[in-house]
Amino acid sequence: MSCGGMWCRGELCRVGLRVKLPCLLGSWFMVLICCFQVNTLSKQLSSEFTDIMNEIWANEAVKSAVLISSKPGSFIAGADLDMIEACKTSQEVAQLSQEGQKMLEKIEQSPKPVVAAISGSCLGGGLELAIACHYRIATKEKKTVLATPEVLLGLLPGAGGTQRLPKMVGLPAAFDIMLTGRNIRADRAKKMGLVDQLVDPLGPGVKSPEARTIEYLEEVAIDFARGLANRTVSAKRSKGLMQKLTDYAMAVPFVRQQVYKTVENKVRKQTKGLYPAPLKIIETVKAGLDQGHDAGYLAESQNFGQLAVTKESKALLGLYRGQVYCKKNKFGTPQQEVKTLAVLGAGLMGAGIAQVSVDKGLKTILKDTAQQGLDRGQQQVFKGLNSKVKKKSLTSFERDSILSNLTGQLDYKGFEKADMVIEAVFEDINIKHKVLKEVEAVIPAHCVFASNTSALPISQIAAVSKRPEKVIGMHYFSPVDRMQLLEIITTDKTSQDTAASAVAVGLKQGKIVIVVKDGPGFYTTRCLGPMLAEVVRVLQEGTDPKKIDAISTAFGFPVGAATLIDEVGVDVATHVAEDLGKAFGERFGGGSIELFKLMVEKGFLGRKAGKGFYIYQEGVKNRSVNSGMDEILARFKLPAKPEVCTDEDIQMRLVTRFVNEAAMCLQEGILSSPVEGDIGAVFGLGFPPCLGGPFRYVDSYGAKQLVDKLRKYEAVYGSQFTPCQLLLDYANNPSKKFHQ
Amino acid sequence: GLPRSYRVFRGISSWSFFKLAGSLVNITSLLAVQPKSKKTLTKSGVKNIVVVEGVRIPFLQSGTSYADLMPHDLARAALQGLLNRTSVPREVVDYIVYGTVIQEVKTSNVAREAALGAGFSDKTPAHTVTMACISSNQAMTTGVGMIAAGQCDVVVAGGVELMSDVPIRHSRKMRKTMLTLNRAKTLGQKLSLLSKIRPDYFAPELPAVAEFSTSETMGHSADRLAAAFAVSRLEQDEYALRSHTLAKKAQDGGLLLDVVPFKVPGKDTVTKDNGIRPSSMEQMGKLKPAFVKPYGTVTAANSSFLTDGASAVLLMSEEKALAMGYKPKAYLRDFVYVSQDPKDQLLLGPTYATPKVLEKAGLTMADIDVFEFHEAFAGQILANLKAMDSDWFAQNYMGRKSKVGAPPLEKFNTWGGSLSLGHPFAATGCRLVMTTAHSLKKEGGQYGLVAACAAGGLPKCVLGP
Repeated sequence: MSCGGMWCRGELCRVGLRVKLPCLLGSWFMVLICCFQVNTLSKQLSSEFTDIMNEIWANEAVKSAVLISSKPGSFIAGADLDMIEACKTSQEVAQLSQEGQKMLEKIEQSPKPVVAAISGSCLGGGLELAIACHYRIATKEKKTVLATPEVLLGLLPGAGGTQRLPKMVGLPAAFDIMLTGRNIRADRAKKMGLVDQLVDPLGPGVKSPEARTIEYLEEVAIDFARGLANRTVSAKRSKGLMQKLTDYAMAVPFVRQQVYKTVENKVRKQTKGLYPAPLKIIETVKAGLDQGHDAGYLAESQNFGQLAVTKESKALLGLYRGQVYCKKNKFGTPQQEVKTLAVLGAGLMGAGIAQVSVDKGLKTILKDTAQQGLDRGQQQVFKGLNSKVKKKSLTSFERDSILSNLTGQLDYKGFEKADMVIEAVFEDINIKHKVLKEVEAVIPAHCVFASNTSALPISQIAAVSKRPEKVIGMHYFSPVDRMQLLEIITTDKTSQDTAASAVAVGLKQGKIVIVVKDGPGFYTTRCLGPMLAEVVRVLQEGTDPKKIDAISTAFGFPVGAATLIDEVGVDVATHVAEDLGKAFGERFGGGSIELFKLMVEKGFLGRKAGKGFYIYQEGVKNRSVNSGMDEILARFKLPAKPEVCTDEDIQMRLVTRFVNEAAMCLQEGILSSPVEGDIGAVFGLGFPPCLGGPFRYVDSYGAKQLVDKLRKYEAVYGSQFTPCQLLLDYANNPSKKFHQ
Repeated sequence: GLPRSYRVFRGISSWSFFKLAGSLVNITSLLAVQPKSKKTLTKSGVKNIVVVEGVRIPFLQSGTSYADLMPHDLARAALQGLLNRTSVPREVVDYIVYGTVIQEVKTSNVAREAALGAGFSDKTPAHTVTMACISSNQAMTTGVGMIAAGQCDVVVAGGVELMSDVPIRHSRKMRKTMLTLNRAKTLGQKLSLLSKIRPDYFAPELPAVAEFSTSETMGHSADRLAAAFAVSRLEQDEYALRSHTLAKKAQDGGLLLDVVPFKVPGKDTVTKDNGIRPSSMEQMGKLKPAFVKPYGTVTAANSSFLTDGASAVLLMSEEKALAMGYKPKAYLRDFVYVSQDPKDQLLLGPTYATPKVLEKAGLTMADIDVFEFHEAFAGQILANLKAMDSDWFAQNYMGRKSKVGAPPLEKFNTWGGSLSLGHPFAATGCRLVMTTAHSLKKEGGQYGLVAACAAGGLPKCVLGP
């Protein structure tokens, strides 16, 4: 592309960029429209883009430019991750970052105004591109979100973001954006000063709503581009009083230092020093503000390079890709879409399942056996949705309209129209059998029966079914509206279509779905079993609950191990431990189950009873250790073995048993892939995300080293630590990795 | 110029537009004048229902001469005007239906209060209906239903709106405290309740800022609608100017026959609508967008303004009218109410209702001699015209094989419209019907079609012979 001559021919298409040319406004007044046709920033797009920028400056007729995307649903959703992963060294990545910085700097310094027209996701590098422009216009739609999710991938915004954001939205807001990576909706972005104008989405008109909205966005952007060029519009934002004050305060070095310190302390406390990215972000911002432009940009590219090669970043990236993998239905499209869902049992789980279903437009029947229980469940759904109204992510009208999808009832009326029934009744095989038989008498032939259980084998539940091919397990995690994982369990008899249907419903409910084979404890509960048994042993050896919590969270678990038992419920844990103990024998031993039983006897059931290892009181944040446990722990006290009782050893005892069991699930075919194993462990059980899941952890820690640890503990405690064959295979062959 | 009144309008526009926004209902009705040449729409077994006469008091910009009155005063004036004009014996009137949008709480059944004050018999029952901007259309079709069902022979229908005064309430917290206070028995209880009052309790609650379901104001919705149909600012200003120019011409030419003078207590007799102000494109072009700032296209000048006014019509079965020696002004032949998505198609009612009512009556666009559409916003009218003229829209959103076609402008709102004459929400429907009847008579036409959109939906009428 050389001069203006070519432009007169109209549209010019390159691989990643379409340039709509003469948008001639008056005589020789051109606004150039660059339209992205891809939604990731790649090397190729950058170079095409740089060429076009050069031409914008060279051509006198062009007075301003508009950047817009032709991909529906996204502006630019970030940098091309493959491009970063393909780099071998941190220098290479730093180089990439520098190229990005240069390209965006070029836009920023352009004498001709550049307007970013944003519809859909504007993430990472996309946001950095947008804030390098002189003006930003965004559509006020739910799909339009702005964010710098780099931190969630263990990275930092590496194309000038760390330098521009603080100047744009102020230091505190910039830290908030970059350190949390959270999504910012367009209206919020406008308030923060991240975008300059909003465009409301349009309804149907001369075109479909989506197409016309984009076109309108472009028209409005052209207007502003023209206005900026002939100076009828100013790109300077009028800052509010609060922001002026904040900016003023932040200009004082002392205040700035205090902010750095506060933020840094908060980050250290939250990350336990396990995640390097947030600290690097603070460091980079600091460099720019305290040492000037060049130092800031240099620090950004260097730190970006360093972060990209950390194992934390690779682990988080693995989880990101795993999530994408688990958001697809590998069983294909089910023959019959589920439109009406019935949930049995309006307890915590049942109501939670109902909530995530109605708000996706599924007609949902919530059935319980008692009015009181049903009321509680319906109130839970209302409360869950209403909290969204309070947070303004939903209007009260939308809440009411969503709730109209929910029918609460005590009988089986309307079940003849149900496409799927999910039972979440009490975890007792006899009750499950009773419900299954009752339901099968009233549902249509195509209806899927799903059981929400954390440990009862699905084939055992299906044993009384007239149509076992329609029976499947759907294991949700509590609280359902917040936990992202859904573990789906298929038996030998479950049909492909039933599986497809269950996965489709799970995905619709917004879940990350893993599909595993049936067996005692399936995958997640089974992995947790040995770890919790080890926790009990550690407790018996005299480590107090607070200490156990501290060392497990220091390893990266979001919830301490003792607290976890309280959360799950001691009675449930006892139940599961007994069942799994029967199924797997010695391997699930370790701590004494009698300890749990005594706790149950004393009413120390965990959080739900207000007492477990800790005392729980409404409104009291710092809970204290339950002194009633002293006597119980004393009764079951075991001698501690000093050779395996350092903090690190305790951590490793917990984790190696977890990992060994996960590997065994893969070995036995319960799991079909390490990816699902990692995703299930992290999103369902809180396995440290910085380690990327048990299989990623084996890869990074080294299978051999891990087996060595297991052998060490095996020597002390016996077969509970015997490494499984799969781990041994990987240990014997250093080139073998779960994730290539 | 575009003057004070517009400034007034803009000053309060943020909340005042609410009822305009929102209705899901649209109405179309078919009116016909004398069954001459073309086909007759008489249905066997169904009574013919006629409009004997209709009047309205002048429509005034709110805050002007009617500012100190109450809604029922306006309604009373319209009803009295109707009695005077028709000399109908009051005992003949079987029923009165009145429409209103923003209710004065003291006169919640404004139909009854106004009828009693206007000298109607206290034996004549009356009720009030509400359906946003088509409330008086609803009043008329309610009357039609009563006559068709054989319940009544003579019904008075109308509508009133007084935007100069709207109910502003105490906050919910304050109301709750005050109500509880009523029940408090001891001084101690009363004091303890009073001690709970905080400054924020005193914040008043204005009438809803927006459509309840979408929280969007009508003007904002109109701006989006105009954008969806790529209606430019220029087109809207041109259309608004046309409306004012035509209204002025009609007013000067004495064509607005439905207007009756109103002697306002303490003030001079009002004889003319006061919102008609033909301006220039240049002056209109200077206005800033009123809703979508700073780049929207809907301004104070191309929107209807806040108006006070009232109207009334006398409906009878044809048989009764002829027996009483009246010459009907029009026959109400058919009507249809439709409703659509309150968010994106709020103001598109006329597009949906027009083909429906035509098909129902067995007519085509070509049969219609007079079109009267309610002009909430110039952008909304132009969007509707574009939608009616779009095959794409007809196929994708209306489930039709092809477009119905836009009405020819030379037959369309030729005596001005809500943009220029004003739009007292609930009084507009009767004005549309009477304008159509008078216009048909003047032009020697046979069929007229009335369409209006309202928060929530849209009805249409056809006037026929």
